[in-house]
This record gives sequence, structure tokens and C-alpha cells, in this order.
Amino acid sequence: MLQINNINTHYGPIQALHDVSVEVKKGEIVTLIGANGAGKTTLMMTICGDPQATSGEIRFDGEVITGQPTAQIMRKGLAIVPEGRRVFARLTVQENLHMGAYFRTKAEYEETLEQVLLLFPRLRERFSQRAGTMSGGEQQMLAIGRAMMSRPRMILLDEPSLGLAPIIIQQIFQIIEKLRDDGVTIFLVEQNANQALKIADRGYVLENGRVVLSGSGTALLDDENVRKAYLGG
Amino acid sequence: MMRQNFYAAVFAAGITLILTCLMVGVKLTSEGTELRVVGATSAQWAWILSGIAIVFLSQLFRDHISAASAGIPRPDFGKLLPAVSVQARLKPWLIAAVIVGLAVWPFMVSRGAVDLATLTLIYIMLGLGLNIVVGLAGLLDLGYVAFYAIGAYTYALLSSYFGLSFWICLPISALLAATFGFVLGFPVLRLRGDYLAIVTLGFGEIIRILLNNWTSLTGGPNGISGIDKPTLFGLDFNRRAAEGQTTFHEFMGIDYSSSYKVIFLYLIAVLLVIWVLFVINRLMRMPIGRAWEALREDEIACRSLGLNRTVIKLSAFTFGASTAGFAGCFFAARQGFISPESFVFIESAIILAIVVLGGMGSQFGVILAAIVMTILPEFAREFSEYRMLLFGLLMVLMMRWRPQGLLPSKRPHMELKR
Repeated sequence: MLQINNINTHYGPIQALHDVSVEVKKGEIVTLIGANGAGKTTLMMTICGDPQATSGEIRFDGEVITGQPTAQIMRKGLAIVPEGRRVFARLTVQENLHMGAYFRTKAEYEETLEQVLLLFPRLRERFSQRAGTMSGGEQQMLAIGRAMMSRPRMILLDEPSLGLAPIIIQQIFQIIEKLRDDGVTIFLVEQNANQALKIADRGYVLENGRVVLSGSGTALLDDENVRKAYLGG
Repeated sequence: MMRQNFYAAVFAAGITLILTCLMVGVKLTSEGTELRVVGATSAQWAWILSGIAIVFLSQLFRDHISAASAGIPRPDFGKLLPAVSVQARLKPWLIAAVIVGLAVWPFMVSRGAVDLATLTLIYIMLGLGLNIVVGLAGLLDLGYVAFYAIGAYTYALLSSYFGLSFWICLPISALLAATFGFVLGFPVLRLRGDYLAIVTLGFGEIIRILLNNWTSLTGGPNGISGIDKPTLFGLDFNRRAAEGQTTFHEFMGIDYSSSYKVIFLYLIAVLLVIWVLFVINRLMRMPIGRAWEALREDEIACRSLGLNRTVIKLSAFTFGASTAGFAGCFFAARQGFISPESFVFIESAIILAIVVLGGMGSQFGVILAAIVMTILPEFAREFSEYRMLLFGLLMVLMMRWRPQGLLPSKRPHMELKR
């Protein structure tokens, strides 16, 4: 579904990604793990077209999306939950969700809204509350729900467990699995390697802008080097 | 703590000393052909010294002062309004009552009061327009008065060169101002915050200086005078009709009174404000209105949802500018005379103050603030020299006691579980 072929990305003179190739097949959860500054978020941003890759090619559903403007890419059935949630703090939960369905008709909006509220009953309780007044976990749910409002076929999640309590992290990961069961393909970037690899079908390890290892989730969990570097021995 | 305050107090007193000495303590006066430096009188020195003492003491004891001032109750105008559900029920009636009140009121008061009300309505229009750009889209625009000037000059020039009527020029002014808003929008798309403020400030000055120096077209600093007043279906409000035309009082068969013209202008202003309010309310309910607010909250999140920030920012600029064009056209018609003097930076500052004072993004707040900002100076006529001082004082007090504005735009902060 998503093919990333030999991508190189630069921030000015600094090269952040070196020949990165990743593939996500339909219906999979694929996770990308790595330390701080490894280039995980850069890869996410490159998929979205900001920054643009200096060379290489990204295909979504067979269509080349490299070189297209961000606003175009994000309307193709691809959604991202950005790092740090980034909900519209002074808008209500309802308005936030409405923004997610910006390019869809009213009927489609209402239909998807029901589904999202079923997935996150918490959001229904907080429906007309300002997003900024909710807890971190609730905001993360809202961010995922907002991304789901465009009915994407694939969703990119950038560190959804960042800054959340362990029990909330559990919930978020359960939701991610549920989304996959609903037929959404998921590309998950995580620092919480243990959790991420447990639910992932496959995983990639990024180090200094290069993919150093890839394999199935369980294989990576058992890998000696991965255990040492990311799972605390 | 005390020690820190002491240093701050000495520092503040020192600055006050330098400032007051330079501004009040020494003066240049010309005696014949010579310039002489004259020191302040002893009474002035007493004032300066007591001022410095006040600054010093207030800084030294600022903890005590802010502790004492915390006890002063802060006004909450939001509480004066009925609950949201009641509001929704009362709204149509309230709107009808206000419109009827606005229409009847001018016939019962003095000409001066109606004139002042017309001015207030102009500022309400300007405030509402800038509210789109600053309050909703969160783009700090310090050159808003430029669009006001463009609207005013469009009507003035079209009227004096081509004899076009007010009603034809009204949409043209709005369109032209919108075009300029669009053109200005392009270069500033990448800018935000203070950088944007500087560029818009520059734009405001460019327009003013252009109008001031393009003497052959705009008349330069002399401005344009004798601009036609609006007519009511071709009836004008002069004492004597022009060749082959009828005046309003002849047509109605009543005696001439100069107050008809003032009241008519006022009623046009009321109509324009209602129109602007209606359009902006519609826009705010449409997706574009929400997109403005979302862009203000988080640009990256907006882009992640596939929104095109170029379109959103440009539309905010364009709509804001067209409102100013509207107001400008009306302003030119009301004054009958315009010059670049009317479009200096302080006007931008006042309009911005109206938006901030009213509570960013809140239309009702903006209207309230526009009324306060135009009517208060009239009451304080005797202190007209101190107008800017009072203005500054009001701003400081507002920021101290009600930084969120008179009536901040309202959304429930919390909701109880049902």
C-alpha cells in the first residue's frame, strides 16, 4: 500500500535520511522504532511532503506522491496523527472532529462521527468541551479520532504514547489494533519499542537515518541487538 | 525578595528621571533668531520629583500592591448575559428589538449624538473586519487602515472623476480593498507573528505615503473634497436640488432640515453593520470560518488534515480587507472630505485595540469595545490633550484586570456528565 524506495532527505546541508526503504502492505501494522534523532519523525514528514525528499520515490496505492504538495497528499486517503497530538486547543471536541472531515459532505461527516464516537466513547462525554482542557490521553484519542474523520485507508501515527500514563498507553495500543481490525493500514512510529513490536506485524529499526534491521514483530522482539539497544537488555 | 525589588525600584526611578528630564526638564525655545535651552520651573521640578518618588515606591512595594489589588473584584461581563440556552431562545427577539431601537433612536436625540453613533458604527465595521484577520485567523495585522484608505479613496476618486454614485461604488470599494488584501496576502504567507506585523505595518505606511505623494491623482496632502453624499433612490439631502433633480424634502413635501442627512447617513451605517455582521456570522458557521480558527490554533495540525494554508490565510486577509473597504467607502461619503491624515498608523492601532479590548474573536465583544473606544473620548473632551495618556492607561488597566478582553468568545470550558 505504501512503498518508500531509497529515500534521501536533507535539512539544508544535513542529511537526515539515507537510502531508506520501507514497505507497508494493506491491512498491516508496521512499526518504525529508533532512538531520539534517528530520523523517525523525518520519515513521517517526508511521506507527507514536508520536507520533500531530495531523491527516491514514495508510492501510495501505486501512485507516486513524492513531489506533490502536502495538502494534496493528505487528501488521498492517508491521514497522520502528528507527534505531540496537536489538537486545536481552543476549539471544542466537536469542532476538532469536524475539521478532520473538512473535505467531506455533511452526510459522510455524520456517519463517520458516529463510528468515531463508538470507538472513543470518552469523546462523546466531552463533546462540547474545549480540547485544551482535556487530559493527555483524551487529547490523543481526539487526535486519532480527528485523523479517522477523513475515513483514511492508511493512518500514520507519530509517537502516540508520548507523555501518557502506562494505563492510557495500553488503551491507545488496543485502539490501534482495533483500527487495524476495521481494515485500516497502520504505520506506527514509536520509542516505546516493546509495546509497538508486540502489536506490529513487521518492524523496521532506524539508526542515524538508515534502516539497520527489519523483520516480523516477534523476530525483532527476540533479536539480541534490538533487546540490548531498545528493550533494556 | 525585598532586595530584588529595591534594585528594580532604583532602576525604574532612574529611567523615569532620564525620560522626564529630557521631555519636561529641558526645553528649546526660540527667542528672536536664537534658540535657547530653558530649564523647567521649580513647580515642574516638584512634579517630576514626585513622579519619580511614586515610581520608586510603587516598584519597591509592588508585592504589597499586587496583593492588595488582588482583593479588588474583577468584573465578569459574561455573567451579566443570560445562560446560553436562554440566549438562544431570546436571540431573534433581541435582534429585532435592537434593530428597531437603532432605527427609531436617531429621531429622538440630538444631531451630534447621531453623528457620533455613525462614527461608532464605522469603527464597529472596522473592528469586525480586523477581528477576522487577528481574532479568528490569528494573523497580526498592523496596517489594516490601508484597506480602509483604499475603500475611501476608491469612492472619492470614482465619484469626483467619473461621477459614480455611492451605491455603485460601495461594492467596487469592497472589491478593490479585497484585491489589495489578496495581493498583500501573497508575500506574507510565510510570515507569522512579529514578522507579519512588521510587513503589514510597512504596507499601511506605503499606502498612506503613496496617497500623500501622488498629488496629480489624489490631491496629495490636500485630499479630496466635495465628495457626493449618498442618495436615497436618486433623492439627495441638500437644501436645493441640482439641475433636473429633486431633493428628499421636496419629494416628501416636508420642510428642509439638515438633520435628515445625518439621520440618513446613520441609517445607512446601521444597514452596513447589519450586513457585515450577517456575512461574518455566515462565514464563521461555514467550514472556512472554522478553518481560520483551526489555523490560529495549530498550523501543522491544519496541514496534516490536508487543509491548504495558503487558501485559508488569503481568504482571511481578503474578507477582512473587503470589510475595511466597505467602511472606507462609507467614511468618505460621510465626511465629504478625505486626506491621508485620516489614515495614519494610530487608526490601525485603535482598531487593533478595539479587537483586543473586546476579546479576540468575539463579535459582541468587538462591538462593545468599539462603542467604548469612540464614546469615551467624547466624554473626556475636556482632557483632549491627555487623550493618548488615557488611552494608554485604559490599555494597561485592561491587561492587568481583564487580559482576555471585555467579552471573550465563549465556549464551555467544562461540561458535567449527564
